[in-house]
Amino acid sequence: MWDIISSIVPLSLAYTAPLLIIALGGLYSERSGIVNIGLEGLMGVGAFAAAMFTITFQGSLGGATIWIALLVSLIVGMLLSLFHAFASVSMNANQVISGTAINMFSTAITIYMARWLTGSSNVQIKRFFIKTDVPILSDIPIIGDLFFTKVYTTTYVVLAIVIFSWFLLNKTRFGLRLRACGENPHSADSMGVNVSRMRYIGVLISGALAGLGGGIVIMTYAKEFSQLTYNGLGFLALAALIFGKWKPFGILGSSVFFGIAMTVANMSVIIPSLQNIPNIFLNTFPYVVTLLALVLFSNSSIGPKAAGEPYDVSKR
Amino acid sequence: MHKIKTFLSVESNQNKIIPFLSVFLGFLIGAIVMIVSGFNPLEAYARLFEGAGLFGNVRRFGETLVLATSLSLTGLAVAFGMRTGLFNIGASGQLLMGGFCAVFIGITLDLPKIIHLPLAVSAAMLAGALWGMIPGLLKARFNVHEVVSSIMMNWIAVWSVYYFVPEFIKGKYDTESATIRNSASLRVDWLTDLFKGSSINLGIFIAIIAAIVVWWILEKTTFGFELKAVGLNKDAAKYAGIHVNRNIVLSMMISGALAGLAGATFYLGFTNNVKIGELPSLGFDGIAVALLGVNTPLGVVLSSLLFGVMNAGKGFMQAATRVPNELVQIIMAVIIFFAAATQLIRLIIKRILRVKNVPIQVTEPVIEEINGGEK
Repeated sequence: MWDIISSIVPLSLAYTAPLLIIALGGLYSERSGIVNIGLEGLMGVGAFAAAMFTITFQGSLGGATIWIALLVSLIVGMLLSLFHAFASVSMNANQVISGTAINMFSTAITIYMARWLTGSSNVQIKRFFIKTDVPILSDIPIIGDLFFTKVYTTTYVVLAIVIFSWFLLNKTRFGLRLRACGENPHSADSMGVNVSRMRYIGVLISGALAGLGGGIVIMTYAKEFSQLTYNGLGFLALAALIFGKWKPFGILGSSVFFGIAMTVANMSVIIPSLQNIPNIFLNTFPYVVTLLALVLFSNSSIGPKAAGEPYDVSKR
Repeated sequence: MHKIKTFLSVESNQNKIIPFLSVFLGFLIGAIVMIVSGFNPLEAYARLFEGAGLFGNVRRFGETLVLATSLSLTGLAVAFGMRTGLFNIGASGQLLMGGFCAVFIGITLDLPKIIHLPLAVSAAMLAGALWGMIPGLLKARFNVHEVVSSIMMNWIAVWSVYYFVPEFIKGKYDTESATIRNSASLRVDWLTDLFKGSSINLGIFIAIIAAIVVWWILEKTTFGFELKAVGLNKDAAKYAGIHVNRNIVLSMMISGALAGLAGATFYLGFTNNVKIGELPSLGFDGIAVALLGVNTPLGVVLSSLLFGVMNAGKGFMQAATRVPNELVQIIMAVIIFFAAATQLIRLIIKRILRVKNVPIQVTEPVIEEINGGEK
């Protein structure tokens, strides 16, 4: 039993990190009042950018490549989300349709560019993050084995971003204003908050974080960009966002929960005691519990109230 | 020139040309992408249309019609939802479940074609309707947004098929099902011969009938009128005594059934088996088809032909000019983007033609009302 747990937990931490950061991206966007179902696409361009950057510079930049690649994935994700922001904030477009366009565009343009630049739709990288043991902490019995051995450094970066986000959203003036734009943009506007600007910032942060999530996928466990990179992680993040009740630590909990479910589903083939469980239960688990959660939450509206509606000043 | 300006200064006229402008902008941006990546756009587009059989190759044109068939059905599914105020982003999942059930019956049962084929097609329709019903029920009963719940349903469908296919109808490889029996196939000899061996099949008639039925429901029945009323203004519809919740569920079921039919035409007529582990993009393409066809049955059929041409020709284009076939998806995404940001196109019209927006003529709706009264 201990063997199973100690092999599942570190692996699920690796799966959780990108899921968590993408869901957190969704949080910024939805809290500012813009629904972002383009997370999958934003993740994809981030992944592609990281992979392309790495194969181009892995020879010349040395060990710094992997960190710069993550930065590049963040910037590229942000650039693509600019289109979503422009359509849904400046052009009052239907946010779901715009998000769908982002998803389609991302899948197409990345594979197009991969074929054009490398001649194949698969981009394999040679430099990536390697699992390391955290010094000192990894020597702690039990906890050390579970959380501090064989982990990616990026996992801690992601955790730091989550804690920072909680602080930013709940304890600063900026966070209050951002949330106000998602709850009641009209009163926010009447108090002098620039709603369009806040929503642009929300969407751009979500693009940056989703792009970073894609970068982490490639630079840690995937090590290869291909069509299979678009395997629904962005949509799973959306589920984690809802299940985490649109709160940073809620998302942390739901992401870990889903991350473990994903890992168990993937590993059930090799672990004898899990082989009898049909994989359908584990694989559909996150989506089913999210549907159930939505039903349970339905009486108390907990999501941002104004999310999904274009801001129309004349309705004030 | 003056006439054009006056024509375009009316907002309803702008709406008429927006689909055409979106297509134009889509192809324009596609061309820019090709120029940037060092390809010749004119040649690529020529090959694209040649590959779709527009220059006289009957077999290739048959393939175009096959792809247009499935696209028009998913387009109808999305459009039907939109007309009733629902965004059915779950067409992909409904299509996959419908297709899976059809293939399952097509493999496991052994019946004469006259029973087997209709049974498989109805199973697809029913499965699609059930898969669409769940988001409908959740919306009607618990006010859960249909976009979120259908996204979840999409992935539940993907993972269900991922489990059921290797478990019950495993084929030669682990990743796909066995091939359906001939008696469940939508392909018939006379159509195949007519189009010189293309995979064109009876699905095309299903699509045409579905388009007519959808038009009839929306335009000629009280039920359709109620659905549209719910789509236009839920509260007003409720005040008028329409059962809003019942209509939401029924609308999602019909939309799902159409997507299920699309699955039948795709899996029973085109691929002949189901692959696991992927969400078919057809459902999302259906969103593009519906938006471009301004959610009317005729518009959907026409725009599905355009996308059918593009999807059928892309392989030939890639082989002949080395332009990656994803170009077609890029163009579709751009078209969706402009369909979402219609204000942007209006802005472009205003800037280029320097027209000012004239308030919508008051006479127009009045005339329509009189016509409606005479009928």
